[in-house]
Amino acid sequence: MANHSDASEENQKRKTATSDPREKATYAVPVAKGLINTLKHILRNEPNTIHYPDEKRTPYPGYRGEHRLKRDELGREKCVACFMCSTACPAHCIEIVAEEAPWDDREKRPRLFNIDMMRCIYCGMCEEACPCDAIELTPVFNIPARTRAEKIYDKDKLLSL
Amino acid sequence: MTDPTYAILIAMLKAVIIFGVLLQIVPLLVYFERRICAWIQDRIGPNRVGPVGILQPLADVIKLAFKEDLTPQGADKWIYRLAPVLVYAPAVLAFTVIPVGIDLQVATFDIGVIFLFTISGFSVYGLAFGGWASNNKYSLLGGLRASAQMISYEVAMGLSIIAILMTAETVDLNEIVRQQWAAGTLGLLEWNLFQQPIAAVVFMIAAFAETNRLPFDLAECEAELIGGFHTEYTGLKFATFFMGEYVAMITMSGLMITLFLGGWSVPWVEIPTDPSIIDMALSVGFFTVKLFALLFFYIWTRWTLPRFRYDQLMRIGWKVFIPVSLANLGLTAIAGVLGWKWLIPLP
Repeated sequence: MANHSDASEENQKRKTATSDPREKATYAVPVAKGLINTLKHILRNEPNTIHYPDEKRTPYPGYRGEHRLKRDELGREKCVACFMCSTACPAHCIEIVAEEAPWDDREKRPRLFNIDMMRCIYCGMCEEACPCDAIELTPVFNIPARTRAEKIYDKDKLLSL
Repeated sequence: MTDPTYAILIAMLKAVIIFGVLLQIVPLLVYFERRICAWIQDRIGPNRVGPVGILQPLADVIKLAFKEDLTPQGADKWIYRLAPVLVYAPAVLAFTVIPVGIDLQVATFDIGVIFLFTISGFSVYGLAFGGWASNNKYSLLGGLRASAQMISYEVAMGLSIIAILMTAETVDLNEIVRQQWAAGTLGLLEWNLFQQPIAAVVFMIAAFAETNRLPFDLAECEAELIGGFHTEYTGLKFATFFMGEYVAMITMSGLMITLFLGGWSVPWVEIPTDPSIIDMALSVGFFTVKLFALLFFYIWTRWTLPRFRYDQLMRIGWKVFIPVSLANLGLTAIAGVLGWKWLIPLP
């Protein structure tokens, strides 16, 4: 067992060893190289940090944050309660209860439209699935809450975003 | 001024001031460590608590003080409580003999080096006891590794120091410092770093192993041993371990400066026989500058190198450092007997 592991270790060494014989002979050269490298980082001092609460990064286009529901030009919700989004949702976080729509151009509208933001994995499948372009993921990602219940967004909240 | 009360008062004052400053360097060092590691990793580091984050260590201590003080089930209670003290106390005690200014040390011993070496050897008990008493397999492994590592590196370290003692022909640290001072532009070449380079390198690396710092922190090993000997320690007991590690770093750096980097002697400035306050301040200041430079080197190395594997550690210790320091010792002895002044410094 010990011999076997020694042999494989030797093979590993042979594979990864550099061609420079000085580096094989001693740790001194790689250690010195490493120290110079880290010293360069200290002297350069260009941190990649964003001071988060003070400065906020602008999300890239297409960033998937919290959802919102859209309204059409008459101010009605676009959603027709087709259940495509809740069917597509891999996290099962969308709960819809439909009711009959009072308007002529559609049959249904949602009476209840809840998204559990704590369960959502922000994959954007609901947005992809929606035939009416009614649900959308905004770039907003930093809304905290004190309780889990606050992170279950209902229809009014989703429409108001 | 031979009044014994006066002498006792002076001794107490020296002890209070030197220990006080020593313990105040620890939080500063923790802060520097966090900032420097952040710079190396292209981060910023703690900068929120107080101006430029300087109060961060204070916040850390408050946090640790308010943590629950746990004792794991099945732990050997008394040894468990004793272990942090056994790490911390030797590190502080060992600092007593290190001269931080012209003949300025807490306790003046004729056997300075030997005392320091004896006391600092005790710290391994703390690590081993902590690992043993925690009733945790990871801690036990950490404690075992600590003992094996520190015992093997202590040999190399001792041998490298003996080479210095042979050329100095004394174990009095102040005398060793005096011998490293020389007039002239090239006075710095009298430092043992240049006179005994092999011993200096061996000592430096062994000091890393002795203080359990990366790349030799096998006793802690966050990845494999989840903290090793201090896995089960919380609150102020953990803080004591932590402070012990940093004080040991300072002590080892102090010893390194004294033995190899000219100690408190100020280059190009004659050592006064009757030092004034200015001479004193200058020597203490120069010692402090060197101390912080070495501590920076410690931190710099820690955040550069990965941890050695256990077998690599043992191989380097027993197959490289001990033979090298033995050869250095032999060479020094031969050169001393034959009087080769071009090879080693002879008094």
